Amino acid sequence: MEPYYLTVHELEGLLRAGETTSLSITEAMFRRIDDVEERIHSYITLMKETALEAASASDQRRREGAARGPLDGIPVAVKDLICTMGAPTTCGSRFLERFVPPYDATTVEKLRDAGAVILGKTNMDEFAMGSSTETSYFGVTRNPWDLERVPGGSSGGSASAVAAGECIASLGSDTGGSIRQPAAFCGVVGLKPTYGRVSRYGLVAFASSLDQIGPLARDVEDCAILLTVIAGHDKRDSTSLSAPVPDYRDFVGRSIAGWTVGIPREYFIEGIDPAVAAAVNRAVAAMKDLGAECREISLPHTRYGIAAYYVIAPAEASSNLARYDGIRYGFRSPGERELLDLYRNTRAGGFGPEVKRRIMIGTYSLSSGYYEAYYKKASQVRTLMKQDFDEAFAACDVILAPATPTPPFRLGEKTDDPLQMYLSDVFAAPANLAGIPGLSLPCGFTVNGLPLGVQLLAGHFEEGKLIQAAAALEKALSAEQRRPAL
Amino acid sequence: MEYEPVIGLEVHAQLRTQTKIFCGCSTAFGSPPNTHTCPVCLGMPGVLPVLNRKVVEYAVKMALATHCTINHVSEWARKNYFYPDLPKGYQISQYDRPIAERGYLDLEIDGAGKRVGITRIHMEEDAGKLIHDESAPVSYVDLNRAGVPLIEIVSEPDMRNPEEGAAYLRRLHEILVYLEICDGNMEEGNFRCDANVSLRPRGEQTFGTRTELKNMNSFRNVQRALEYEIRRQQYVLESGGTVVQETRLWDDARGATSPMRGKEEAHDYRYFPDPDLLPVIVPGEWIDEIRKTLPELPLEKRERFIREYDLPAYDAGVLTASRAIADYFEAVATRCSKPKAASNWVMGDILGHIKEDKLEMEDCPVSADDLGELVRLIDDGTISGKMAKDVFEDMWLSGKKPETIIGEKGLAQITDTGALETVVDEVLAANPAQVEQFRGGKEKVFGFFVGQVMKKTKGQANPGLVNEILKRKLSDL
Repeated sequence: MEPYYLTVHELEGLLRAGETTSLSITEAMFRRIDDVEERIHSYITLMKETALEAASASDQRRREGAARGPLDGIPVAVKDLICTMGAPTTCGSRFLERFVPPYDATTVEKLRDAGAVILGKTNMDEFAMGSSTETSYFGVTRNPWDLERVPGGSSGGSASAVAAGECIASLGSDTGGSIRQPAAFCGVVGLKPTYGRVSRYGLVAFASSLDQIGPLARDVEDCAILLTVIAGHDKRDSTSLSAPVPDYRDFVGRSIAGWTVGIPREYFIEGIDPAVAAAVNRAVAAMKDLGAECREISLPHTRYGIAAYYVIAPAEASSNLARYDGIRYGFRSPGERELLDLYRNTRAGGFGPEVKRRIMIGTYSLSSGYYEAYYKKASQVRTLMKQDFDEAFAACDVILAPATPTPPFRLGEKTDDPLQMYLSDVFAAPANLAGIPGLSLPCGFTVNGLPLGVQLLAGHFEEGKLIQAAAALEKALSAEQRRPAL
Repeated sequence: MEYEPVIGLEVHAQLRTQTKIFCGCSTAFGSPPNTHTCPVCLGMPGVLPVLNRKVVEYAVKMALATHCTINHVSEWARKNYFYPDLPKGYQISQYDRPIAERGYLDLEIDGAGKRVGITRIHMEEDAGKLIHDESAPVSYVDLNRAGVPLIEIVSEPDMRNPEEGAAYLRRLHEILVYLEICDGNMEEGNFRCDANVSLRPRGEQTFGTRTELKNMNSFRNVQRALEYEIRRQQYVLESGGTVVQETRLWDDARGATSPMRGKEEAHDYRYFPDPDLLPVIVPGEWIDEIRKTLPELPLEKRERFIREYDLPAYDAGVLTASRAIADYFEAVATRCSKPKAASNWVMGDILGHIKEDKLEMEDCPVSADDLGELVRLIDDGTISGKMAKDVFEDMWLSGKKPETIIGEKGLAQITDTGALETVVDEVLAANPAQVEQFRGGKEKVFGFFVGQVMKKTKGQANPGLVNEILKRKLSDL
């Protein structure tokens, strides 16, 4: 049996029972990648040599009875804006095409310490700016379910790799939906933790107050396993919080009978695809069957979310991306003799159009005379949205909502219309603005066989609840084991 | 028309912490380029700043010493601009809510008191340095200094002439060094000053258009630049022109200011709160703890020296110019119980030698204890003041104790009356002609006898005693 569609916990069992080895799983993954990568393009960089070494080391540990836990020997992929020492970290940008960090991100360090085998670095929208993985300098990634469609973004490669069996699980990052939206588009589970739950050290910043690293995997239990490994306080990230990290796997399989599930009225806007609405309704019905009470709630400031998001995120990005100036590393426009020309031409040549657009929007909204009207106003909206959620979670355990307004769209469909593209994040961005955890879970298919997802949200540091509800719902939906036809 | 200058000063002081403000790199000065750097201070992708708490402690010290109100919650902000010495493309600083606000500094100028308001003190990181190749169109970037902690101290526009400006700077400098939070070395750039200057018709309340002066690297240059700029603005106004609001650079060689290029001026720094750092929380208990560690500040010390040691104001000023000098003086004075004599020795001999040998006070080869003993030996008549000068020279070179030197050279003063009487008798007997002259009323000869006695005793005779014996013997004759 080929292992590439198995879950972390299934492989963990096989490894523990001695029925397979990390090396043979890892080799199988690379065979699979050889088969399908040309059509999907999940990866920017493959790390075959170090992966095989890590797999052998894992097998050695296991033979010596020193296996490190559920991730030991499991092949995973890492989004290409999470720094890996010794392996290129491009952020999907020409600017960092040849950038090899001399340090690991804390999450990568934790993966390595847990014995995980890193297969490679996944494709993404340039600097995580996009919702379709079409802005990558290294070419588009295709949706394994329909090669004419996008995998979502910005963590498109991390989602497609899981969906296509090119890795067992992966890490992505979510600033305004960049884990949850591609997870929904690719029919996998994606979890964005509470802001501060996972260290951002080594995550190349897009919007520092919104960015979080999180797992993408085949099921909720796998997400729980990964989250347990990567969560926790990091003295290198002042915004990471020291709340204790439980074993999130313990929440899988627990009943949610008697729970209150909030259904936010404002998420069923005009323009939402009927197939998406139907998926949410299926989930609501399943929740009721599980003994939970579903109640309509109101998150009144939802409609301002996407506007606030597209002020705050570009503002922070305009500052975060200022370091790419061609002086110390990365792309540099050759032959320049004047400092201003060096800056201008380096940044003109190193960044793609979407990144430039956001830098301009952000620079504008922070500039003197506009700061109050844009950045400050958006920050105030953000506070109101937080209050919305605080009030909601005072009355319910979790919130159930659509993950995206539509199923995966066609390649090129929205590339000429940034606003339409931005609206793809309309249901995802509020969780980032409020800093709360969110998870997107597969919930059936369209008539054309495209995956659909639903989203669950919980209060700050309530990842346990989120996983408990999601695992119960996953089981109740008893999702048919469909695989993309590749 | 008579114009009144209005001056405000902005001082950047490097804090002497061991490590940088947001990473663990050393702050040492003068190392080979880019050897004190890491991914954080190089602004590599994905790295994050972590605050060095010592920086906050030092900033609070300065705030307390300048009577500022300390904000219990202050905030980091990003100041965005591009320059090759600024690795992240922004400087982490404080903007809306600085660590401290609304303080003051009391000055004394020609005996008159003057209070200068302090608008704010904020913490920030320093930038790196550019080194321009003279022989090729190439510039090099040294980022050793990038991330070294600074505090910026902004004064109110309360000064009215260059002397007040210089006096304010000296006081500020003195306090920073006293608190041991800044080395205060202007050449190494760890104490830097920018000045805002404008003129207005005397009696007018509103301010005129100001210029900002930069690039002055000594107290003297600040004063010279202010003097020049005031003259320049006065000339502009008197010839019917208007002062342009601009930044001007002081050129030491030319002794003049000239405008910085316009392009570098058009900055919109786009300040916003830094999302990578939490607000700085300074609870009252922490402030109280820091307050307890504050040393006596120069002004308080000066007043105490005048009061406690009965010193002239001038002496007290010189002796409190640094903590090291003040501590040294106090140790000498305690040992010899003669504060004014101690003051003379420290101000004259010690500071003179220190300056001559280009030493720091800390490296003084004569211990305060030994100098105190020397002063005491003069006081009890063991040696004369003149001999003491020679003993001191020896102490400075050898580091030996005064008793040792006196013993080795047999320098102790002859205070044995009997022995001296014998010598005097000998001198009088050997010079009958001079004795006759003296008796004939030529009193000047008295000095000759003293000289002869001193010669015979190799200068060790106690001069007072010699006088006394000589007078008696001569009148007895």
